[in-house]
Amino acid sequence: MKFIENFFQGIRPDFEEGGKYYKWATPYHTFFTFMFTPDYVTKKGSHIRDSIDLKRALFMVIIALIPATLYGMWNLGYQHFLAIGETASLMENFWFGFIQALPMILVSYIVGLGVEFLFALKHHEGLQEGFLISGLLIPLIMPINVPLWMVAVATIFAVVIGKEVFGGTGMNIVNIAITARAFLFFAYPTKMAGSKVWIDLAGETAADGYTGETALAIAIEGGTEAVNAAGMSLMDAFWGHIPGSIGETSTVAILIGAFILIYTGVGSWKIMLSAIAGGSIMALIFNWLGGSYFPDNLYLQLNWMHHLVLGGFMFGVVFMATDPVTATQTETGKWIYGFFIGLLAILIRTVNPAYPEGMMMAILFMNIMAPMIDHYVVEANIKKRMKRLKAAQAAINN
Amino acid sequence: MSNAITIKRGLDIKLKGSADKVIGNVPPSDVFAVKPADFLGLTPKLAVKQGVEVLAGDALFYDKKNPDVIIPSPVSGEVVEIKRGAKRKILEVKVLADKEIKYRDFGSVDPKGLSTEQVVEKLVKSGLWSLIRQRPFSIIADPTARPKAIHISCFNTYPLAPDYDFIMEGKQALFQKGIDAITKLSDKVYLGLNGKTGFSKPFESITGVEVNYFKGPHPAGNVGTQINKIAPINKGDAIWYIAPQDVMTIGRLFESGKYDASKIIALTGSEVKGPQYYEVLSGVKISAVVQDKVSNDNVRYISGNPLTGTKVEDNSFLGFYDDQITVLPEGNQLKFFLTDGWFGLGLKKFSVSKTYFNWLMPNKEYALDTNLNGELRSFVMTGEMEKVFPFDIYPMSLVKAIIINDIDAMEKLGIYEVDAEDFALCEFTSSSKINIQQIVRDGMENLREELY
Repeated sequence: MKFIENFFQGIRPDFEEGGKYYKWATPYHTFFTFMFTPDYVTKKGSHIRDSIDLKRALFMVIIALIPATLYGMWNLGYQHFLAIGETASLMENFWFGFIQALPMILVSYIVGLGVEFLFALKHHEGLQEGFLISGLLIPLIMPINVPLWMVAVATIFAVVIGKEVFGGTGMNIVNIAITARAFLFFAYPTKMAGSKVWIDLAGETAADGYTGETALAIAIEGGTEAVNAAGMSLMDAFWGHIPGSIGETSTVAILIGAFILIYTGVGSWKIMLSAIAGGSIMALIFNWLGGSYFPDNLYLQLNWMHHLVLGGFMFGVVFMATDPVTATQTETGKWIYGFFIGLLAILIRTVNPAYPEGMMMAILFMNIMAPMIDHYVVEANIKKRMKRLKAAQAAINN
Repeated sequence: MSNAITIKRGLDIKLKGSADKVIGNVPPSDVFAVKPADFLGLTPKLAVKQGVEVLAGDALFYDKKNPDVIIPSPVSGEVVEIKRGAKRKILEVKVLADKEIKYRDFGSVDPKGLSTEQVVEKLVKSGLWSLIRQRPFSIIADPTARPKAIHISCFNTYPLAPDYDFIMEGKQALFQKGIDAITKLSDKVYLGLNGKTGFSKPFESITGVEVNYFKGPHPAGNVGTQINKIAPINKGDAIWYIAPQDVMTIGRLFESGKYDASKIIALTGSEVKGPQYYEVLSGVKISAVVQDKVSNDNVRYISGNPLTGTKVEDNSFLGFYDDQITVLPEGNQLKFFLTDGWFGLGLKKFSVSKTYFNWLMPNKEYALDTNLNGELRSFVMTGEMEKVFPFDIYPMSLVKAIIINDIDAMEKLGIYEVDAEDFALCEFTSSSKINIQQIVRDGMENLREELY
């Protein structure tokens, strides 16, 4: 390691202020601090510091995403061979998906980091780590058949409009990856919904009777029974061999990620738990309403547990709702925020006739509501303090 | 009457190099100094000139805005140097100590028989008033005021902190005498005792005070935490506080009529060979204490503890209120990402979060260095501060209000209840490496200037 250290240290003066490559300080600094935690020592305040930094914290999210990513790749292959009516081995399935998903991941990272580099160069700053997660999340919540140029356009839109105009990492109002998805959803709806986008046929023809529809699309028409009949029972959906966006299908893989996030303290268990509670309650209400008053509406009667394991619900709860920048900051606020994400996701999913999924909209909406929730939580604390002050003043005056 | 109060949120940082329970002597040293920077909000006005002879207890300087606040000389001798910095700011007032220290006599008297005014007058005259500080702002108390309460925390939970039960052993009589004087200053005097040990020999039998037991991790021993758990400070309130050894110094003043500046300090830290306690005089030179006891050159000397202490050079002097010197390894090395950096397993690293595998060894003592362990970042992670912050305050909201200097919001969010040191753990755990103590200190200074 010493020679790498010597190399970086040797060229360091060139990239410092006054050096001949000073204008390229951003890429130098980014690579240097990637390879080495810098030799900065504490100058003010506490002399010792915790070992955690933003790199480590966000690296934990990447680790937590690995199970969902790998499973998603396998499932792409599995769905492909299922659609064309062939059977394939585990490795064949995985390899097919890997080849399909890798370009999307690369495009997302290269384009997104490229844009971030431009902004960092302009402001003469080091690169902050936020996009390392967004760059992986963006492909994981896309249908596989989205063209690569659309991934690139969406990423540029999300990084520039969603993040940099607000001041960069830590300043954005809405989740970056969701912004990218929402952009494509409204700009190119035909590429983001329907029965053609989830399965990559890779030029081959689908087997007879294969529709390629997602479980939620089927549920609109036929409810729980039709979903089960289509081979997407509760357990199938829980394990995840169903059509859907790359990362979202396997609840098991997502729960492994959730465990990592919660155990390391990087993701908020309060948000996750309350979102699941909110979703369950809403689904149970619809189950009851559907059973008692709207027997014709089979989507209302989709089993509440099924709701939780289908579509993007769990992926959104674990990886998107917990984004600390766009979620509420107060611990009490996290309970409220999570609960309403779950509740709204199922509400939008069930009563919006145009599109069978609601997670994206729910998270976007609650991202925007988060500062208001925090405001009222903090306001309650302020009121308590003001009341105490008044009581103390009254005691003096008497 | 005593209460047991449990602190839930906080953190005990286990470091290598805590002091053995032995009290040593340091070789007699020549130069002692008092540093005006130790007194927040004080504008020093010199009372002496270079070359003048002073007695122990004579004023070296006083507060320009409040001439009753006098800072006394810890030793007798010649004022050899007044060290100044940029804009002629006074940095150190140095006194060359006599072989035999001569004391100014303030008269010995039993404080029990004195009125409040007489006690105040004696403390002001002798300069020992400077040992009493007030919250909010951590400035020296106003001699003309009468506070709601006076708090004395009788245990210290900072990493490597000195053990007051050990330091004060057998000195109950002097401590009681100091308490007798202090109880004249306010209707309520609270002692905060360690609820973990449950019994504290030197402090148990003290009379005239209200005793509370605090149990839990650091900052249970911080006077700020104890004030907050008993009755949070409102706008306009003033609470006074004083350290146990300083109570004893006041006790000695009434006992003998002299300002005896001796105190016991702990020399701690992983870089110290044989860390232990030493009896020194206030304002002692750091090198006089650490000489031949430090294992290498690349170290940081801290007057105080690793979380809130002041960085000093070894030719500087012990802080006026400090009872600890810590020597830590300087962290000015690069850390390769695969082995020691952000990508590794981190078995040697310490983190409160479980992102490194140090949670496998909960009882390990660490030799932490002064590396920042990262770079300055925007606020990203949330909930980090709340885990180690035992106040009923939203720390992130308050810190953000201070950053934008919104005085109204700061007041509403509870800035009067806290001080910079209460945020030390928040700063320690910050993954964005934000200097929160400095932000809070600056905010409090701004606020004080608005108010006074």
